Amino acid sequence: MFWKFIRLEWKSFTRASSFGANVVMKIFMIIGAVYFGALFLALGFGSFYIIKENMAQDPLVVVSKYALYYMVFDLLMRLFLQKIPVINIRPLLTLPIKRSMIVNFALGKTALSFFNILHAFFFIPFSIMLLINDYNPVTVILWHLGMMALIYCNNFLCVLMNSKDWMFVVLIVLLAGMGISQYYNLFDITNYTSVFYYGLYTTYYMFIIPIALLAGLWYVSYQFFYKNLYLDTGLKGKNEIAETQDYTWLNKFGTLGTFLKNDIKLIRRNKRSKMTIFMSVMFLFYGLLFMTGSIEMYDNSYMKIFAAIFVTGGFMFTFGQFVPSWDSAYYSLMMSQNIQYREYISAKWWLVVIGTAISALLASFYLYFGLDTYLIILAGAVYNIGFNSHLVLLGGAYIKTPIDLASSKQAFGDKKAFNIQGLLLTLPKLVLPIVLFLLGNLISPMAGYGFVAGAGILGFAFRNKVFSMIEKVYKTEKYKTLAAYKQKN
Amino acid sequence: MIKVSNLRKTYNGVTVLNIGNLEIPQGESFGLVGNNGAGKTTFFSLLLDLIEPSAGHITTNNIQVNKSEGWKPFTAAFLDESFLISYLTPEEYFYFIGELRGQNKADVDALLLKHEDFFNGEILNKKKYLRDLSKGNQKKVGIIATLIGNPKVIILDEPFANLDPTTQFRLKKIIKDLADDKNVTILVSSHDLAHTIEVSNRIVAMHKGEIVKDIKTSSETLKELEEFFAV
Repeated sequence: MFWKFIRLEWKSFTRASSFGANVVMKIFMIIGAVYFGALFLALGFGSFYIIKENMAQDPLVVVSKYALYYMVFDLLMRLFLQKIPVINIRPLLTLPIKRSMIVNFALGKTALSFFNILHAFFFIPFSIMLLINDYNPVTVILWHLGMMALIYCNNFLCVLMNSKDWMFVVLIVLLAGMGISQYYNLFDITNYTSVFYYGLYTTYYMFIIPIALLAGLWYVSYQFFYKNLYLDTGLKGKNEIAETQDYTWLNKFGTLGTFLKNDIKLIRRNKRSKMTIFMSVMFLFYGLLFMTGSIEMYDNSYMKIFAAIFVTGGFMFTFGQFVPSWDSAYYSLMMSQNIQYREYISAKWWLVVIGTAISALLASFYLYFGLDTYLIILAGAVYNIGFNSHLVLLGGAYIKTPIDLASSKQAFGDKKAFNIQGLLLTLPKLVLPIVLFLLGNLISPMAGYGFVAGAGILGFAFRNKVFSMIEKVYKTEKYKTLAAYKQKN
Repeated sequence: MIKVSNLRKTYNGVTVLNIGNLEIPQGESFGLVGNNGAGKTTFFSLLLDLIEPSAGHITTNNIQVNKSEGWKPFTAAFLDESFLISYLTPEEYFYFIGELRGQNKADVDALLLKHEDFFNGEILNKKKYLRDLSKGNQKKVGIIATLIGNPKVIILDEPFANLDPTTQFRLKKIIKDLADDKNVTILVSSHDLAHTIEVSNRIVAMHKGEIVKDIKTSSETLKELEEFFAV
């Protein structure tokens, strides 16, 4: 029976439309997997020497000390990215298969996930290095078993927490809290946890704890799934209570207001689009790496321009880039309704501009690092509004990837969103402002920022011309776009 | 109102639709019947310029649909769930369509009130998004939305499918009322011969992309069609 399931899985994997669609993408996926595998492998072998020589400490002690962060971060990434396969077991329910078999299969499938295997690439070479360097072989193996058991504990924790969106926030706060209090020597939690993690090596019995924990979690997940294996409980999507919202204050903007109203609802009510707001906030803080001067390589003015584009452009890049794909589920409605392309495009443009303006306002906390820093960010914002917003919409017109609004998981790994036109249009978005700055910098840094902002103002002046271009693309690509949106995964 | 000339649609060399000549005068209630793959939805999609004709063209009110968008203000259609916006509540969806068709909230409310019994108390003020409604209820929303703004051409693909018997009955009444209005041209497709005959004054049967029958509805029509489709 298990064998049949596996054959089914293999077919669903190889026949997925995203997999078959694009050879280039397949290659990129493989390269990506190999890259991360190699990275962890190198880390596994290399970290031993790096820690030993640079920090003059016992690598096992150091790894055990920071293992807590590793685990929490892993859980965070899982909640963000790991897919829990529940929907595709629906057709199995009425077939003559034992429920326990179905549950075991679904759980077993998560155990084979890339998110678990990835860690083996780190822990196996690291353990080999320990063995080579005369650590006690028996307890090294026990330590290894314990750590891998903890990784699998994360896997099942993710299964159990998957439907709870707030866990994500809790973990981020936890991670940030631990990090900050340790950095400022307020409270070092690793002093306590490392006793446990290092204890896995120093004792013969400690490894039983993670193994027992894993068994317990497996049992709880099993029970949880088994009890909820009904269409109206565990396998059901969430049924939210819907409120009708009018946003009547937008009515005075006419058709533009109608579209804006719809887009605000789109963003607020769908998982996938809510992610763009989350990402925008993350981008807002991305600039800290550059503006605080904490990383030497980034501490120069042209890298700061680069950062400024990102700080204020988060919403633009994550939302604007996928216009009109956000409306893919009902694109035939849009195409047969009484809608002028121009109004549709300018509504999206305004949304992107409003998003960028809000980001620029929120970014005012960069004033803490000096007026100069904030001026750079404002220059980036002007460039984003005047120049990049058009490029983003133009690029989006070529992206024909239907977006599944209900799923948040594609946010990063949206494979099909990758195309040549999109890539080519990325260059002027990021490289051009740097070039402009360097040109102006020949006079003075201020002139450099002025050049960047000036390009934005110039772009704004050519707005109507660009809109006409986008309109033309929409028209010529209409049938292709409609056909592409019809294909669902 | 609608003129079709030498319309053909081909996918990879296979012709899925081939209509030499077809005229639908204003005010007609036009029924389209045929088996799966007969080309009913393809025809409607061409009519709405959602797919590109391989040859020939369609004009609505003397506007060629794949050249100008001038047909959009007076045309309304519900083909499938891709005409619904899943994250809106039914009310929001109606108002959205209303605003696009130049109707204010009061106009839309009046229309909804008129069709209150069609909704059977399952649609309005239920605090549910469209995506959480059942298939049948989603269909009700889509059908009523096509009536917003008094369109001159209404296109409904398989409107009877997924509806409960009572609602089917009510829908027939709505379509018949529209058919009585000589300004409204209504096009309905269905697998169900009896329903279509009841609401249409002209029936066109399609088979493998071609028109095989074109008859004015009479008491004999059902028999004639049943004989044709019985194998």
